[in-house]
Amino acid sequence: MRTLSSWGRLSALPHQVVGLADPGQVADIIGVQKPGVAFGNGRSYGDVCLNPNGVLWHTAGLDHFIQFDAHTGRLVCGAGALLRDIQRVMVPQGWILPVTPGTQLITVGGAIANDVHGKNHHVLGSFGDHVQRIRLIRTDGQMIECGPQQQAGWFAATVGGMGLTGVIVEAEIQLRKIAGPWLETETLPYENLDDFFKLADDSEAGWEHTVSWIDCLSNKGRGLFMRANPTDIGTRPEPKGRKLTMPLVPPVSLVNPLSLKPFNTLYYNLKKSQTGSTISHYEGFSYPLDNILEWNRMYGPKGFFQYQSVIPREVGLAAVQATLGEIAKSGQGSFLAVLKTFGDRQPVGMMSFPQPGVTLALDFPNNGAKTLKLFERMDAIVREAGGRIYPAKDARMPRELFEQGYPRLNDFLTFRDPGISSGLSRRLMGS
Amino acid sequence: MQNKQKIVIIGATSAMAEQCARLWVQGGKAVELVLVGRNAGRIEPIASDLRVRSPQSDIQVLESEFLQAAAIQATADSIAAAGPVDVVLIAHGSLPEQADCQNDLAACHGALVVNGVSPVLFAEAFAQHMSKAGNGTLVLIGSVAGDRGRKSNYVYGSAKGLVTRYAQGLQHRFAGTGVKVVLVKPGPTDTPMTAHLKSGGAKLADVADVAQQIVDAVGRGQAVAYVPGKWRVIMMVIRHLPTFVFNKLNI
Ligand SMILES: Cc1cc2nc3c(=O)[nH]c(=O)nc-3n(C[C@H](O)[C@H](O)[C@H](O)COP(=O)(O)OP(=O)(O)OC[C@H]3O[C@@H](n4cnc5c(N)ncnc54)[C@H](O)[C@@H]3O)c2cc1C
Ligand SMILES: NC(=O)c1ccc[n+]([C@@H]2O[C@H](COP(=O)([O-])OP(=O)(O)OC[C@H]3O[C@@H](n4cnc5c(N)ncnc54)[C@H](OP(=O)(O)O)[C@@H]3O)[C@@H](O)[C@H]2O)c1
Repeated sequence: MRTLSSWGRLSALPHQVVGLADPGQVADIIGVQKPGVAFGNGRSYGDVCLNPNGVLWHTAGLDHFIQFDAHTGRLVCGAGALLRDIQRVMVPQGWILPVTPGTQLITVGGAIANDVHGKNHHVLGSFGDHVQRIRLIRTDGQMIECGPQQQAGWFAATVGGMGLTGVIVEAEIQLRKIAGPWLETETLPYENLDDFFKLADDSEAGWEHTVSWIDCLSNKGRGLFMRANPTDIGTRPEPKGRKLTMPLVPPVSLVNPLSLKPFNTLYYNLKKSQTGSTISHYEGFSYPLDNILEWNRMYGPKGFFQYQSVIPREVGLAAVQATLGEIAKSGQGSFLAVLKTFGDRQPVGMMSFPQPGVTLALDFPNNGAKTLKLFERMDAIVREAGGRIYPAKDARMPRELFEQGYPRLNDFLTFRDPGISSGLSRRLMGS
Repeated sequence: MQNKQKIVIIGATSAMAEQCARLWVQGGKAVELVLVGRNAGRIEPIASDLRVRSPQSDIQVLESEFLQAAAIQATADSIAAAGPVDVVLIAHGSLPEQADCQNDLAACHGALVVNGVSPVLFAEAFAQHMSKAGNGTLVLIGSVAGDRGRKSNYVYGSAKGLVTRYAQGLQHRFAGTGVKVVLVKPGPTDTPMTAHLKSGGAKLADVADVAQQIVDAVGRGQAVAYVPGKWRVIMMVIRHLPTFVFNKLNI
């Protein structure tokens, strides 16, 4: 048994970690060592990738590239391959992953199981939109090959299926042709939420990546809007990988009411004076935190929550406004706060998180009951607005809100593998 | 016109060796890699992976017998016949249960052969060719366990000690020539070999980091490389502990 945490570091409980390395042996291992759940790179924030006091199937060893077709851009690889490694191998060959989240230190299996989204959702959807085939192994030994046109029910259940339909051993992904690693980027300040929505709407047609940092302590919702497009500017020297590590867990969270307000104000005003357009390397623009290893330690020994919801567009402005009001009232919150619109498209997965609307993602240091109380007030807003919460980030949503947010849940449950169980599945689905 | 660097890996399915191979093909370089193992089926996925990483490289798979002198000689000769070899990494090894070695001479014998005799024979076979060419880098993976015999793994440790002393002799033989001999001494590293130690809570080095240090040491032609580097100091202390202190340690 080894103690293990997910990214939020809210718990550190013993797990029996079983490594998967040879695809040919996966069926035998998970058929015996169960119930368990797959663990990719643990970049989920809550308990979706944990199974306290039980088995975790660690997929890091399933990291082989299997085949790449340089004409079609189809890549076949093991589910444990990191998105970072795919990009570092493929970008120099002129191909890139169409969709990646805000960190590339995640596995292909994790990207599929949470159907992750990136800054270009309005153009390219979520990760599952680009998966052509999945090889799934169930704990009863059954192997299922599924894709958008093949065993489509299994595919829709497995994309966004939180690892609960089986273990993905390999996947075929359609990559996207690019001219080079560079992006043309713009940063624009906004004073309030109205301006944010105007910028988002104006940028949708002409900009592939859009995202914004929001000052979650400002009542009006000021922030910085960032947008980017791939650009062909030939070769130039690439930034040197400089890595910093958060050396230890500070005894208290470094993110606290004393530090946060002045920091946000400083950041906003600094960036406001530096707006305009620049050329950025895709790694720096898309994964700004990946060079600070273990930054999650800054929240101290009690860990932190992330709260990410999506709210339908019609009520988006009012709901975000109300949420900011609650946060300001509570005096909690953190620097890491992201506001972004999703495109008007349905995801392929039954349980995928993205839906048309606006998504707000906020980190909160864990201050116990006080933080959970705030979440209840934020839940009420999501509930009333007909929104939903992202399971990949969640460690505490009420079951009833989960059921309301994911209307295809009952359909999904028929695809579950009875030999798979996670902290989240027990909390939100009863087993 | 064939100017690709030619690298041979003996024991190509070793996790450490595989990570080294990934580094060697990284960054758009074109190399010629010969992956040698006892089972071609297990090497193929590694070769396919490397071909995706580096379409411009030439990756070959070769099955060989590992324990018989004649077979080892034939493998080395066939590789060298195809063209001069720049680097040979000899990586195979197997960590036995010490208790098994004490209770069963066959297990003891097996461990000594696979960790000691076999790597030395491979190195000797390639040394013949490199000596003729006057050029090349021979890389052997020993272990910190070869630095001082300990009750918990002295059979494995003595085989690694053989590799250490052998590498020293080879360095003496090739001093002042174009042939370099690199002895790598890893500390406990996270690979399939140590999977059972991990559940016991052992602290293991990341295999990709270790591989990076191996590749750097090979590039420099460094005679002895402890990886990670801190083991150089730790082993210096352990080697110099007086016997009366050492014998009280439960290691
Ligand atoms: C800094 C940061 C930024 C982020 N930004 C975004 C973002 O912009 N958008 C977004 O969508 N997410 C984002 N995330 C969340 C992250 O992308 C997801 O949680 C992702 O699923 C993590 O992948 P992982 O490989 O670490 O998997 P884990 O977290 O280990 O597991 C995630 C889920 O995948 C399942 N799983 C893993 N491998 C397999 C497999 N082989 N077969 C079956 N199931 C499997 C697990 O069981 C679990 O349910 C971010 C996270 C961080 C830390
Ligand atoms: N990991 C550590 O902590 C550590 C520490 C110090 C030194 N080392 C040394 O580092 C080297 C690489 O080890 P690793 O950690 O990468 O181990 P690994 O991943 O377990 O690989 C072991 C390799 O040895 C081969 N092998 C084992 N028994 C064999 C036999 N009887 N005949 C032929 N080949 C055999 C295996 O081939 P198959 O795939 O065919 O089985 C495999 O290629 C070894 O020399 C090891 O002793 C390791």
